[in-house]
Amino acid sequence: MDLVIYGLINRMNLALIAIGFAMAYGVSRLPNFAHGALYVLCACISWLLLNQMGINYVVSIAIALTTTTLMGALIYQLVLKRVRGMPFSEIMASFAIGMAILEAFRMAGFRGPQYSLPKFAEGVVEILGVPVDWQRIIIIGAGILLVSGLWAFTHHTRIGLGLRAIAQDEPAALMLGINCDLAATLALGIGSALVGMAAVVVVPLGTITVETGYEVLIFALAVCIVGGLGSLLGAVTASFIWGYAQILTVRFLAPHYQVVVAMAGIIIILILRPSGLFGSQKELEERV
Amino acid sequence: MIGVSERKKRIDRGVKVRSDTIYAVSSLKELIFLSGPRLGLILLMLFLPVIVPGLYWQRVLCLIGVYGLLAVGLDFLANFAGLNCLGMAFFVGTGGYISGMLNAAFQWPTVVTIPIGTIAGAVICTFALLPTLPLRGVYFAVISFIYPLMFSRIIAATGLFGGTDGITGLSLLPNIWFNQYAILSLTLISTFGLRRLVNEDIGLVFRGIKDNDQSIRASGMNVTFYKALAVFITALMGCFSGAYLSHLYGWVGLSLLAMDFSIFPLAAVVVGGPGTIAGPLIGTLVLVPASEMLRSFAGLRIIFYSMLIVLFILFWSEGLLNWARRKYEQLEILVRV
Repeated sequence: MDLVIYGLINRMNLALIAIGFAMAYGVSRLPNFAHGALYVLCACISWLLLNQMGINYVVSIAIALTTTTLMGALIYQLVLKRVRGMPFSEIMASFAIGMAILEAFRMAGFRGPQYSLPKFAEGVVEILGVPVDWQRIIIIGAGILLVSGLWAFTHHTRIGLGLRAIAQDEPAALMLGINCDLAATLALGIGSALVGMAAVVVVPLGTITVETGYEVLIFALAVCIVGGLGSLLGAVTASFIWGYAQILTVRFLAPHYQVVVAMAGIIIILILRPSGLFGSQKELEERV
Repeated sequence: MIGVSERKKRIDRGVKVRSDTIYAVSSLKELIFLSGPRLGLILLMLFLPVIVPGLYWQRVLCLIGVYGLLAVGLDFLANFAGLNCLGMAFFVGTGGYISGMLNAAFQWPTVVTIPIGTIAGAVICTFALLPTLPLRGVYFAVISFIYPLMFSRIIAATGLFGGTDGITGLSLLPNIWFNQYAILSLTLISTFGLRRLVNEDIGLVFRGIKDNDQSIRASGMNVTFYKALAVFITALMGCFSGAYLSHLYGWVGLSLLAMDFSIFPLAAVVVGGPGTIAGPLIGTLVLVPASEMLRSFAGLRIIFYSMLIVLFILFWSEGLLNWARRKYEQLEILVRV
């Protein structure tokens, strides 16, 4: 029973991490390799504001989220916009930015148990006989809220519909007067905000380390590739599979095999169904 | 009234035009013009070990050779075959660990372990990356990025292959002069070899794969096979660097899979001039000494490389060699518009 519940929690955690990447990739076809770095950035900024400057927890989280969102938008506006359409430069630039952020935090010495955020709510509740702490319930709540919020945003608002239009057919969307650059900026901003939220709700359970940045990126990639790169529905569904796969790995093997399982999953999917479980409309584009 | 404005116009130098044709052999001037840069690079590389002061800088030269080999391989893979590799460290690690393990376990001499590490490592790397090769898009970059992280995680956690401490006491290469000339001459050979390769028929196929893979398929060629071939060539160079490094230091460990080996070649390619094969070597010659100066701030190096990558991609995407070639072959004149 605890496997089911913790799997669900882990799944929400992964979904939070991955939908940001899926969103940015889906709209603008830009692989944001700085995704993991933004996760660490958000966690570190809120830690700094909270502990070094003594600002209220809620306020510092708000500031950190805003900064992360702006950072994502700036990465697009200042860097990726100029190299769009050149795969080598796109990948290189976003990867380099991510590395620079992560290594800057490594230099600043973010390592150790004191680098963690306080929990939103202490205490444990029993659900079907399994003790679950409130923080994990908050993760589930945040996950459901954000995923459904994103769904509503992309299906029922003008801007969201514009983003989906660009994802489906960029030239046609351009003809209808949708601003592609603005949309891509928004997509990266929202993607960064989502990964920032993930950081804010997940970090209180553990500590902030630089390695988390790489891990977050790997798991986001694993979820997105299995779900179909750029497909939000795919990302949400695949996070379901990965959530349980990870919990089972930790239970029956060891935590460090999570990466191996993620890798094996990616490779199996790439061999069997390269466009992922839900990326069928892009299938022809991706296979040579 | 509109003022007279001038703009720059570039035209080829006379000597460049002449040396493009059969007149290249007509006089010494054309011959020097053609062979000057190439011979200059070769002579520089061959004389550097003699010029540099002290053992420390001679060791740095060995590193220049290693990084140069990696950067040249990456340039070939990324800008000719169109496969963006974010994990050169995977090649280095595989080659280094195979060669080091064979040496430690069976006490085989380096003459045997380095070739085995190179070839077996390249085969393993190619097969490990094979699932992504029939696909377009970011998959190759993603997978090559994850492999080194995954293996270093596994090795650190399970203690396999010596774990975090690595394996020490491997047999060393003979002496510093041999070390330097071995790696530097190999780097030169592979640079000029690859330059020749990409101008042969098979080079056209590689470029075709990058620009328009459907046309390659329509010509009845197997895209996956040629991509695998390109990966194999680069993996040979990467695995050799790894095997060489393990015997240079007499040690294999997690640092062979470290991010430095992935990000440095990228920086060297971007700085030296993507798509020129020799450019990355020049980029390495500039960057390694620069990063040696930063040695006291160990963590700063990766930030430094990353910033360089971003700045060069944004503001000077042609890189050093393309710029230098333009200045060398063309002259700029102002014309009235």
